[in-house]
Amino acid sequence: MTAIAQKPAMVAVPRRSRASRFLRWMRSDIRAVLSIGFLLLLVLVSFAAPVIAPYPPNDQNVSLLLAPPDAQHWLGTDDLSRDVLSRLIYGAPNSLYASFLAVFVAVLLGVPAGLVIGFVGGWFDEVASRFIDALLSFPPIVLAIAVTGALGIGLTNAMLAVGFTFAPFLARLVRAQTLVVKSALYVDASRGFGASTPHIIWRHILPNAIQPVIVQVTLALAVALLAEAALSFLSLGVQPPSASWGGMLARAYNYIEIAPEQMYAPGMAILLTALAFNALGESMRVALDPTMKRR
Amino acid sequence: MNKLWRLLGRRLLQFLPILVFATFVVFGLLQLVPGDPALSLAGDYASTQRIAEIRHEYGFDQPLVVQYGIWLWHAMHGNLGLSLFSSEPVTQLIEDRLPNTIMVAVYALVVASAIGIPLGVLAATRSGSKIDSFVTSTASMGVALPSFWLAMILALQFSLYRHWFPTTGAADFFTDPAGAISHATLPAIALAVGVVATLARQVRSDLLEVLNQQYMRTLRAKGLSNGAILWKHGLRNVSATLLTLTGLQVNRLFSGAVVIEAVFAIPGVGSLVSYSAINKDFPVVQGVVLVLVLIVISVNLFVDIITALLDPRVTAST
Repeated sequence: MTAIAQKPAMVAVPRRSRASRFLRWMRSDIRAVLSIGFLLLLVLVSFAAPVIAPYPPNDQNVSLLLAPPDAQHWLGTDDLSRDVLSRLIYGAPNSLYASFLAVFVAVLLGVPAGLVIGFVGGWFDEVASRFIDALLSFPPIVLAIAVTGALGIGLTNAMLAVGFTFAPFLARLVRAQTLVVKSALYVDASRGFGASTPHIIWRHILPNAIQPVIVQVTLALAVALLAEAALSFLSLGVQPPSASWGGMLARAYNYIEIAPEQMYAPGMAILLTALAFNALGESMRVALDPTMKRR
Repeated sequence: MNKLWRLLGRRLLQFLPILVFATFVVFGLLQLVPGDPALSLAGDYASTQRIAEIRHEYGFDQPLVVQYGIWLWHAMHGNLGLSLFSSEPVTQLIEDRLPNTIMVAVYALVVASAIGIPLGVLAATRSGSKIDSFVTSTASMGVALPSFWLAMILALQFSLYRHWFPTTGAADFFTDPAGAISHATLPAIALAVGVVATLARQVRSDLLEVLNQQYMRTLRAKGLSNGAILWKHGLRNVSATLLTLTGLQVNRLFSGAVVIEAVFAIPGVGSLVSYSAINKDFPVVQGVVLVLVLIVISVNLFVDIITALLDPRVTAST
């Protein structure tokens, strides 16, 4: 509703510096600012973990098993008498690494595949698209579990597997975008000037097809984070004694009757981070897509 | 009638390559294992002779395509091999556990549809209101919520503290329906939350699009009540996408069920596949993945056909 009123204003002020545009955007989208702030904080915490964590992650204090929160241990201690807050802080880099690795693998596999399938077209597109449909028919976590089992258990392999299950989503999206851009006039013009196929894909199709991919990639970070937590919960992901939020939940679950408060902190960490990735993705969708502004 | 058969035939033909590719992926899982597949299939304690036997039995000494053919032939005859641990037939293991997984998944789908669709309609018809922003923000929360964490909280609050529901296990729906429902309630709720969020969001945005069409204004100008416009024109138009969307949720439900089954110690195929993956029991892993993907493909084929039958535009184009 408000966008209709804003439109003439945007036409009237065509040129603004990049910085002032950014500031305007920040003021208009508090949700995005909060998410970016939270994620930056998380990155900072990840790098500064050894400095800011009150205890080393595997430090044990045997007199305190499953202790409730107090002045020394703000979030209490776990079943091996390790400081929960410290493990939460040391879990952040593992969880972020896992999310980014999975999405990186998905982009590396999915984007080129989608570009080639869309660009070549014809029967190759028919066959490849059916293959993508087949991959998308697998329940993602189940496929990720199977692939992890085959590659060998561990955080990196688990996230390679998760990335592998995301790749067909991106491939399908990029293929559809490529099909649209491929028939644009400027592509024909470029070909008319004698541009090579790699040049056309790299300079014309990729930049114009990439916008929805950026949005999906941000949203995929949240899904990857949840997948990491799930796989670590099933002990297919991060291996002890390394800390991860999903792994902490798995341990907490074993002592749910004695120390139920153990499960709240890692769960909240996962929830907030996933929320931040999602909110950022949604904000980018709105910011990048002019037709979305009406809603 | 002739047209109907032609439609069915076309859909089946479209799904056939998907089916073939899917089986190929399941078969290919074993190829991902580093080293000799015969060794992985034989398990850690097999004799050299047994390994040689397995190599011959599965045709590992033959080209990949032949191996795939042998595997597929066995699978089509219900032979998915033996578990490396219990030596039970994989089909038997899956048969025993699948009903528990299906029970939770179907229950979750019912709960999710019963809550998600009305929420989406409510948000769309009152777009911009407080209800709308409540539904939209709750939906974002639901998508980001780790379902197994919610499951843990539900188990703590409603099983351990209040004893409303049993904490763990499952019961057979046909011999003990009340027990089955009470066992599956908390897992189904935990599983449903993410699906509720997706359904509510999608229904909201699809319905909003339909309601903003020009002909809606015409209908209103003609004096139709809001209710009539919503039911006869709005919801009818989104029903096809809704059906497709619901079909797509099936593989998400199976995905979520794996983790939820671990929380509630439900003996389903989800806990079977994660346990087997950890223990490198590959015939079981392949078997479960195959059965689940077959179910997903069949459900989507079914949904596809129903949608085509319901939507005159699709039927006319075939």
